[in-house]
Amino acid sequence: MDFQTKLEELFQQNNNRIKEVDSLDDLNQIRIQLLGKKGPITSVLRGMKDLAADERPKVGAFANKIRDELSAAIETRKVQLEQAVIDAKLASETIDVTLPGDPVVAGTPHIIIQIMDDLESFFMGMGYQVLSGPEVEEDHYNFEMMNIPKDHPARDMQETFYINNELLMRSQTSPMQARTMEKHDFSKGPLKMISPGVVYRRDDDDATHSHQFHQMEGLVIDKHITMADLKGTLLAMCQHVFGAERTIRLRPSYFPFTEPSVEVDVSCFRCGGKGCPVCKYTGWIEVLGAGMVHPNVLRAAKIDADVYGGFAFGLGPDRFAMLKYGIDDIRSFYTDDLRFLTQFSQEG
Amino acid sequence: MNVSYDWLKELVNVPVSPEELADKVSRTGIEIDGVKHPDVGLKKIVVGKVLTSQPHPNSDHLKLCQVDVGEADPRQIVCGAPNVAAGQTVIVALPGARIADNVKIKKGKIRGEESLGMICALQEIGFNENVVPKAYLNGIYVFNEPLKPGSDALAALGMHDAILDFEITPNRADALGMRGVAWEVGATYAEKPHFVEKPLTEGTKPITDYLSAEVKDAQDASSYQLRVIDRVKVKESPLWLQRRLWNAGVRPINNIVDITNLIMLAYGQPLHAFDYAKLGSQHIEVRRAKNGEPLTTLDGREHELDDRDIVITNGQVPVALAGVMGGLNSEISETTTTVVVEAASFNPVNVRKTALKYNLRSEASSRFEKGINVADINDALDAAVAWMAELGGGQSAKGTLSPTAIEAKDVVVDISLDHINHVLGTELQEDQITSIFRQLGFGVTVADGLFAVAIPPRRWDIHIKADLVEEVARIYGFDNLPSTLPTTTMTIGEYTPKQKRIRRTRHLLEGLGLTQAITYGLTTAKAAEQFKLQPGKPTRVDSPMTTDHAVLRMNMVTGLLDVIKYNRARKETNVAIYEQGRIFTKTGDQVRPTEIEYLGGALTGQVTTKTWSQDARPIDFFYVKGIVTHLLEDYSLTEPVRFVATQTVAELHPGQAADIFVGDERIGFLGRLHPAFAHDHHLPETFVFQLDLDALFVAPKQEKIAQPAPKFPAVTRDIALQVAETITNAQVMDVFRQHGGAYLQQVKLFDVYSGKHVAEGQKSLAYTLTYRRDDQTLTEDEVTQAFDRVKLALESDLAAEIR
Repeated sequence: MDFQTKLEELFQQNNNRIKEVDSLDDLNQIRIQLLGKKGPITSVLRGMKDLAADERPKVGAFANKIRDELSAAIETRKVQLEQAVIDAKLASETIDVTLPGDPVVAGTPHIIIQIMDDLESFFMGMGYQVLSGPEVEEDHYNFEMMNIPKDHPARDMQETFYINNELLMRSQTSPMQARTMEKHDFSKGPLKMISPGVVYRRDDDDATHSHQFHQMEGLVIDKHITMADLKGTLLAMCQHVFGAERTIRLRPSYFPFTEPSVEVDVSCFRCGGKGCPVCKYTGWIEVLGAGMVHPNVLRAAKIDADVYGGFAFGLGPDRFAMLKYGIDDIRSFYTDDLRFLTQFSQEG
Repeated sequence: MNVSYDWLKELVNVPVSPEELADKVSRTGIEIDGVKHPDVGLKKIVVGKVLTSQPHPNSDHLKLCQVDVGEADPRQIVCGAPNVAAGQTVIVALPGARIADNVKIKKGKIRGEESLGMICALQEIGFNENVVPKAYLNGIYVFNEPLKPGSDALAALGMHDAILDFEITPNRADALGMRGVAWEVGATYAEKPHFVEKPLTEGTKPITDYLSAEVKDAQDASSYQLRVIDRVKVKESPLWLQRRLWNAGVRPINNIVDITNLIMLAYGQPLHAFDYAKLGSQHIEVRRAKNGEPLTTLDGREHELDDRDIVITNGQVPVALAGVMGGLNSEISETTTTVVVEAASFNPVNVRKTALKYNLRSEASSRFEKGINVADINDALDAAVAWMAELGGGQSAKGTLSPTAIEAKDVVVDISLDHINHVLGTELQEDQITSIFRQLGFGVTVADGLFAVAIPPRRWDIHIKADLVEEVARIYGFDNLPSTLPTTTMTIGEYTPKQKRIRRTRHLLEGLGLTQAITYGLTTAKAAEQFKLQPGKPTRVDSPMTTDHAVLRMNMVTGLLDVIKYNRARKETNVAIYEQGRIFTKTGDQVRPTEIEYLGGALTGQVTTKTWSQDARPIDFFYVKGIVTHLLEDYSLTEPVRFVATQTVAELHPGQAADIFVGDERIGFLGRLHPAFAHDHHLPETFVFQLDLDALFVAPKQEKIAQPAPKFPAVTRDIALQVAETITNAQVMDVFRQHGGAYLQQVKLFDVYSGKHVAEGQKSLAYTLTYRRDDQTLTEDEVTQAFDRVKLALESDLAAEIR
């Protein structure tokens, strides 16, 4: 058998072996065996000295070609096997990505505070100060300065927790308006404020009454404040809270500290005004009270009622939350059932 | 105020349906809470005439009646009413009728006898018991005038009317009478009301032959008018008057009392009628009650009066509480023949207080306390006496006793066109405003944009410009006002530093896993005093509604514990909550409590429950301490924060509680509930903390100045030391702080061990010390020197054994 046939046979045998080998170790064995110093190709090349001189280059070149091809086959196989190892490792590391993630510990702000924070930032954006006064208030500020003298029938509208004849748990956040009006220096600009906070009334707690709840009063006093400004401000606020498509309407009402006084209805945000159980089929929902500051209130704060005037409004964050989220029991806000509170962790 | 649509239409042209009227008036004047149609759901209810009434053969109380209902033959109806009798005109529900509560009437047999319908009581066709005449309360209603059998009984009873529920605010008491309502509706629709007056024909006998009258203090009764009518017959009122009353929600009683009520409903002027014969004198005196003076009112209740009550007396003893309720001793009864009728204006404040004090709020008192139309006092009185003469057949004495009187005058308010437009933000024209004032029935003269508006006494709520602006706004229509935003000089809207701090604190705690709670500021006397951070006395409310909400809280913890209890009862066992709010405390002679911003937290159960990937992490002291520490670090306090073991808070575990100091000031505490406290209050193992935020707000803060990131590497050394059990981490840290050297940047405790590998009474603590220089890389020698020094100090100061 001549060299060429021998080499070809060698190639055939080993090329298949290389392709079939399935471990890197075995492949390495084959490489050493075939291409090593004691390997068959080397021995073929060594045997070339017995050949005729003109045969040698031909055989040599052929042997080299076989060696290169085998070498390439080994390299190819090696890459394949290495990839297989990586693939196997990755496969073994595969996880069920649908398993739940680790729990994250995070608390939820109270929904009423969320409502108040939102309103505060809305009004701060329009240049209002945020002022919170004392919860134990003087009768003087809570009532007298708000044009509700002792024996005024309107005191019946606000059953009050008294501490003594002169001190009480504030029944509204308006006393802070009185306190601020008293101090405000109008030479430094208009008075624009909201006063959010807790108020107390002598009510038996039930689904729609609570002896403690929240209020936010607003007040703007300057030389040229109109009722149209009040309407525009409340429209903007209602659209901010209840949706950009909302409209409002004002109805006459009575508060001792404003004249004219109005109740404000917002078009129903459930049905858009067509009528549904939320708006009791009227298309409107009463959301707050407002009006133009009564001259007696200005005078009580030593403000010249002939020069200055303005508007005031008062809203209930509890009521806002109840309306906006369809909460039917005001006590839910104060019993603090976690299952109730934590549902408001998502923005909605 | 229940307003009858039918009655209203007699007083003013109403161009719309009751529902439309309700909507319009609600938008322009007075809120109308609803419109009720008394006949809703009723049908086949007719007038019947009872021809005969025989005992039922199989019953000792039922009767067999033959009733003419306008058909060819009378019907047999079985009736159980005790007052049914032949000859009566009654209400009959025919078979197929619907009566109250949607009950259907069917033909049937009652104890073997056929019954073709039902003779009805008023309640059975939907009347409120409160308006049913007492004579018919426990039986069928009997018409007191002949009506055609088979005719519509509901029409006879006034049930096809519509009743509008006017929610009268205190300023609109003018609409507490139908005439006022007619003015308001008239103003809304630009219709002029038309009232028919009842002329009074007086007799010849002067009233002074009957009576004299005196008012001690004109402040108490600024107008006091009396008339006398003689020889009246007290009896049931005619049907039309009963109808008018019950549709207004008033129970018919007898003609005299009913007329006083009719006039009150028509004019808004309360009247009172006394039985002249029972007065026991010929003199009426209006004065203050004497302290302790007794009076039994018409409702049969006895009162001990005081000198803030205005009373009507016979010169000796009270016969009525002025403006509130009459006395039983001078009540009109069937035997009354001479009636004294009173129309007055009483001091609103006294009336209100008296009515409140004796729980005697009446239709009369609620009108007097809000004011009345002083122009109508005598008109109302005269109309009442005229009706009494007509319905009671009596003769009015000549003249009116009038010890005090008010001259009713228009109030003139000047207002300019500019002012109205300025306040409303409108561009109304002179003629528009003039016509609005005219529509309201006000007199108006105008010159150069200046209106002089004459307001009649019936609108006593209007006396200043702002009141007129409101009238213009509502009649013009709030819907027609433009919507603008205030144009003022710019103002800055931002939180104060304290407000920012409070909000940042809240957000931090929420990030740390605590949910915000809001609990009540009023609590029990006991809870108020628990978990006190600073000494102080509680503040209690005067006459609380319940002991649960009687005292202002002095801590922010007990409310949160209630929340834990509430949640645990609902199987929510892992609770981490906080509340930010105020506590109220007094010291010394303080009357008004100081309000302090506090922060409270309460945690129980597990931080996280066991999941497929991690074990449960129970809440313990150090978890809560970590939260508090992180929060306090955020305040960048200048002075060091220290946690010192404490036993001063009785509600806390004596071995697991720490006072929190900033410098030398105690600003809070944290700890585990005392097991005994937890047991008594049915609470689980719970950890709480409480901080005085106001103290933190004012505590000095470090100014933030940026530091570059360190340029040179740090070197760490671990050290394990064995010390006596009683040595605290704080003591060890003090040694590190004092002897650690200038390059010691950080000390971290990474192991605490006591057990079988250390001697009894000893424990092992292991720390990692981090050294670094800011100006160059530390040498090995520098570190070793510093490390050796601190080791020596530990050995000498704490008898530590370095391991």
